Amino acid sequence: MEANENQGPLWEVFIQNKPGQPFKHAGSIHAYDKEMAIENARDVYTRRNEGIALWVVPSNAIVAVSASESSSFFEPADDKVYRHPTFYDLPDGVKQM
Amino acid sequence: MDDQVKYYLEIADNAFILSHRLSENSSKGPFLEEDLACTNVALDLIGLAESIYNEAARIENKGKSGDDLAYRRAENEYYNALLLEQPNKDFAFIMVRQFFADTFNYYLLTEFASSTDTFLQEVATKSLKEVTYHIRRSSEWMLRFGNGTETSKKKAQNAIDSLWRYTDELFEPSEADLNLRDRNISIDLEVVKSNWNQKVNEILYLSHLSKPENQFQLKGGKTGVHSEHMGFLLAEMQFLTNKYPEAKW
Repeated sequence: MEANENQGPLWEVFIQNKPGQPFKHAGSIHAYDKEMAIENARDVYTRRNEGIALWVVPSNAIVAVSASESSSFFEPADDKVYRHPTFYDLPDGVKQM
Repeated sequence: MDDQVKYYLEIADNAFILSHRLSENSSKGPFLEEDLACTNVALDLIGLAESIYNEAARIENKGKSGDDLAYRRAENEYYNALLLEQPNKDFAFIMVRQFFADTFNYYLLTEFASSTDTFLQEVATKSLKEVTYHIRRSSEWMLRFGNGTETSKKKAQNAIDSLWRYTDELFEPSEADLNLRDRNISIDLEVVKSNWNQKVNEILYLSHLSKPENQFQLKGGKTGVHSEHMGFLLAEMQFLTNKYPEAKW
């Protein structure tokens, strides 16, 4: 079997490892269609009990900030420590902050 | 040979020989994701085979281990159906073989839920989760082949035409199988056959693929009479145990 250059479009894989937790980006895979994408994601990224739920998203559906825009997007937050909730005492019941 | 041991070996050999064929494809898949997926299926099948070999060795009680049964038998002592030993020709061929086998496994394991043999019942319950996924994957590949390009459709149809002759044997009960029917240990392959046909008809219809007109059928695997490919398969599969009989890992 010859290696095929056309492996289908790229998909991004997100895994949730416990109920209620956010989905985390795990990596990407190639697939021709939705069914194949979710199966490939399962076979590549969840073989060792990594999760209980799975999302795949076409990579080209993701809107990203380009590297050149990074400074204007994120650096203004650098000197604004007052936006961190570190000046408050968290109640004991609050988890995952 | 004890009927129950023979019956167990038929089931385990089917899984084991197919898993070996799939393992031959490891690192040769059409692309990385599919390569891993095939290897995953191979591992699931080895798991199924291993538990049945271990139990067969225990029932046989002749001092053999499950590994001995898996690796130290002569060609005519393997009882897998001919379909499973057919060599990997191309990806369509591998997937069509897999689709036929997955569909068979799915309905076979489903039937074991009503077996009086609690071991087979347990193994089936565990494996059915895996096989439900296998049949989903291979069915989707059939649809993709048939509704894909002219080439993919042609390759899938060629594979169906050359593998169809091995499908009847899956449903032909062996002597051991029939002997175990009274006690409801073995299950009725006629039921499996009718479910298998229904599923295969449905998927072929949706894929715009067809069964061959030639209905000629080959059989022999279940009685230990194999195709010419089996010797080569075993030579490679048993190489390590033959060369290093004491090897442990």
